[in-house]
This record gives sequence, structure tokens and C-alpha cells, in this order.
Amino acid sequence: MIASVTFGEVTLKLLEGFLSTLKIFGLTLLFALPLGLVISFGSMSRFKPLKYLVKVFVWIIRGTPLMLQLIVIYYGPGLIVMAARKAGTSNFFIDLMEKMNNFSAMTMVVIAFVINYACYFSEIYRGGIESITQGQYEAGYVLGMTKRQIFFKVILLQVVKRIIPPMSNEIITLVKDTSLARIITAYELIWAAQKFIKSEGLLWPLLYTGVFYLAFCGILTLLFGYIEKKLSYFRS
Amino acid sequence: MSLLEVRDITKNFGKAEVLKGISFDVEKGEVLSLIGSSGSGKTTLLRCLNFLETPTSGKITLSGETLYDSEEGRNLSDREKRDRRLHFGLVFQQFNLFPQYTALKNVTLAAELLKREELKREKASAAAIKEALEGVRLKAAELLDSVGLSDKADNYPCQLSGGQQQRVAIARALALEPEILCFDEPTSALDPELTGEVLSVIKGLAARKMTMIIVTHEMEFAKNVSDKVIFMDSGVIAVEGTPDEVFGNSSNARIQKFLKSVNN
Ligand SMILES: Nc1ncnc2c1ncn2[C@@H]1O[C@H](COP(=O)(O)OP(=O)(O)O)[C@@H](O)[C@H]1O
Ligand SMILES: [Mg+2]
Repeated sequence: MIASVTFGEVTLKLLEGFLSTLKIFGLTLLFALPLGLVISFGSMSRFKPLKYLVKVFVWIIRGTPLMLQLIVIYYGPGLIVMAARKAGTSNFFIDLMEKMNNFSAMTMVVIAFVINYACYFSEIYRGGIESITQGQYEAGYVLGMTKRQIFFKVILLQVVKRIIPPMSNEIITLVKDTSLARIITAYELIWAAQKFIKSEGLLWPLLYTGVFYLAFCGILTLLFGYIEKKLSYFRS
Repeated sequence: MSLLEVRDITKNFGKAEVLKGISFDVEKGEVLSLIGSSGSGKTTLLRCLNFLETPTSGKITLSGETLYDSEEGRNLSDREKRDRRLHFGLVFQQFNLFPQYTALKNVTLAAELLKREELKREKASAAAIKEALEGVRLKAAELLDSVGLSDKADNYPCQLSGGQQQRVAIARALALEPEILCFDEPTSALDPELTGEVLSVIKGLAARKMTMIIVTHEMEFAKNVSDKVIFMDSGVIAVEGTPDEVFGNSSNARIQKFLKSVNN
């Protein structure tokens, strides 16, 4: 088989896969960034049951492979629905599982990624928030500021500044983790390249995907460097 | 009736009794210095006045209004604490400026939030709010000027010396027009050559009859600026009186020992 597909055609196909990769990446960040903050508040809650519930959840998610979580989320609902049918039970939870079972692979991927990354982000947020000295809160309190005002006007930006380095690490890892999506049949960049192995016996498109990952991570690195520089006007 | 009346304040941290029944008065326009060795409870007392800690028991009255009375229940809501805190200002040993804001913004931030809240409650027009906030900024600029930092308004805390940061912190506390301004060792974190500029700002405030409670280890300063001095020892007031009475007190061995220890 001599070059039945051109470089241009491969590039176009890979771009298609890359768009799907970007979609997983973008949606994961969109939901996991705020959800992570909510989870971090939970893990710092003074209400002990909530705190430990959240901590156990974070432990489970961080303590198991993302690949396993993808499989559980993809196949779990179906298995539960089947078991429920056999047992003849039906309730709200089973209905939900039934609905999830009909979600597209892409949706399942995003759900699994959002949960996983929100947990990682929550730990980074928690570290950042806890590293701010009590003096900053107290200064706000004696100036008559509310807890909310202190968090949003005083603490948050200092936290953002401190967590940029670990967050950029995590986000760059996310770029590469998107390649796990294909194990539950969600289309993305690696999958797009693998198709050429099956159909044309071509290996080089797979290697070529590295260029896309590298370029994207390069852009992200520049972006984070820029943000870091933007926040370098103050020290905290 | 004194401006501030503190009665039998106690504070326990777990089993440790840190304040064991503190009572004193502060008159309007008076400067009270709190001295005493480290661990005697001075910071805890200031924190109780600023509602950063809740006293275990006792009563705090300001202009006849009860701010805190342990017999009426210990638990104040966040809202109640906040209302009470506004009567007091506190300048910290470590300045605690907000690092991401300029000197000017440090001074205006809380005052603006408060002003905005107040005017919103009164359903003031957007134009009125804008004008009021402009007023807050003008006043903040004046305050920075009064602590000798008009040329540093646009600098961030990391660009200021410790002495300058502490002066910004004083301006920031003054922006909320507290009835009583408290200082917790305002010069202890400063290099010796920078203490003078902060102390002279405080002296200026005293000359303008600002009511102040000052925790300090600067004995000369305390002697000069205070109307009243309290020497604390292990959570109680050991000696209390005018500067002459306290510093000239030769009968109390504890204070003699303390004065000797800070003078060398
Ligand atoms: N939050 C706290 N928990 C437990 N002990 C405390 C706390 N704050 C202060 N203390 C203790 O109270 C005592 C008095 O402290 P402090 O008020 O800071 O004294 P000072 O300011 O006179 O040096 C010290 O023994 C200190 O260890
Ligand atoms: Mg102290």
C-alpha cells in the first residue's frame, strides 16, 4: 500500500479528533474548576460529617485510576439497570441510572473527567486557601468586612496566585488524560490516528498526534507563564 | 460614665486561663498603654475588645451601650460581631495589609464596601453612591497624607518598608473612624530605625485626641504618650495608674523586674 492517503488528509482527520479532545478538555475545565471550589469548601467544613464524607470521596477518586472510573461510569449504570430489572425494583435512582445508560460516550467521559479533576483541583484549592495567614482574615474582620467580602475581595486573588503553578501542572496533565476517553469509545485524537493503522496500516499518524499535544501544551505553558507574570505585581 | 468600661473579663483557652478578670475604664480622648511581659495576655485582651475572641465571661460597655455581657449569652452572630467591631480599630504587629492592593486601595477597600452597603440600604441613587465613594477616596488620600505617605498611594505593600506599611495600616484603620483605636505592638516587627516614624504618627493621633489603647514594649514612648498605663502580669492587672505612678513604682517587684528586662 503506497500512500493512499496524503499528509493533508491525515492532518484534517487528526484535527477532527483534536477538536474532540479540545471539547473534553474545555468542558472538563468549565465544570471542574468551580466544582472543585465547592468540594474544597466541603473538605474544610466545620460540619464534621460533611467534611469526612467529602474527604472519603476525594480519597476514593484520587486513589483509583481515572481509567477505572471511566469504566465504572460507563458500564455501571447499565449493570445496575439490568440487575434492577431482574429484581423487579424501580425507584428514582434506577431511573437516573437508566437515563445515564443512554448518555453518549462523550457525555460519560466528561462526567468522569469532571468528577476526577474537581477532586484534584479541590485539594489544590484547599492547600492554597489554608496557606493564607489568619492575619488576612482578621484584618478584614476588624475593618468590618463580612466573611464573604473577605473571601472574594482579599483571599481569592492571593489563592489564585499561589495555585497557578500546581494548577498548570494539573491542567497540562488533563490534556494528555483526554486520550483515555477512547477506552469507552469516545472519539478523540489518538483514536483518530489509530484508525489509520486499521484502515491503511499507517503508524506515522499516531506519532504525528504528538505534535498536536506538544503544540497545545506549549500554548498552555505560555498562557500560565503570562498569568503568573500578570500576578507578579504583588507578593503574598 | 466612661467611654469604654471593661468589667471582669476572663478568657480561657481550654484549661488555660489567659485573662483572669480584667477591669478598666478608658475616657474619651485618652491614651491607655498596656505593658507586660510576653504571654501576660495583652494581645488576647485587645482581641476580645475587637471581637476576634469572645470573652469567657465579663462585660464590655461603650458609651453606656452594652457591647458584650456574658450573662446575656455568649454567642454573638457574625452580624452582631461585625457591628461591634466597627466601634474599634486594630493595628496589628504584622501590619496585615492586603498585598494585592495599593496603599490607597488598602485604605479605601473596607470603607467603600461599608459606604456602598449603607447607601444601598437607604436606596440611594447610583449618582449619590458614586459621589460618596469619591468622598471615601478623597478622605483616604488625606489620611495617607497625614501619615506622611501621599507619595506612596499607588505603591503595593511589597514596595514599602515595614514602617511605611504600618503607617498605611494605621491610615486604613482610621478610614473607618473607630471610636477607639487599638495597637498591638505596632513597632515590634520593625527594624529599630523604622520605629520612630510609626511612633510619631501615633503621637500625632494622641495630640489630636484620638482615643487609643496601645500594647507596646517601647517604654519611653509609653511614658510620654499615655494618660494611663496598665501593667499586666499573668492575666491580671498588676499595676495601674498614670505613667509616673506605674514607671516610678518601686514597691512592686514584678514591675521593677519587667522594666529592667525591657530596658536592656
Ligand atoms: N488561640 C489560643 N489558644 C490557646 N492559647 C492561646 C491562644 N492565644 C493565646 N494563647 C495563650 O495565652 C497566653 C497569652 O497570650 P497573649 O495574649 O498573646 O499574650 P501577650 O500578647 O501578652 O504576649 C499565652 O500563654 C498564649 O500561649
Ligand atoms: Mg502579644
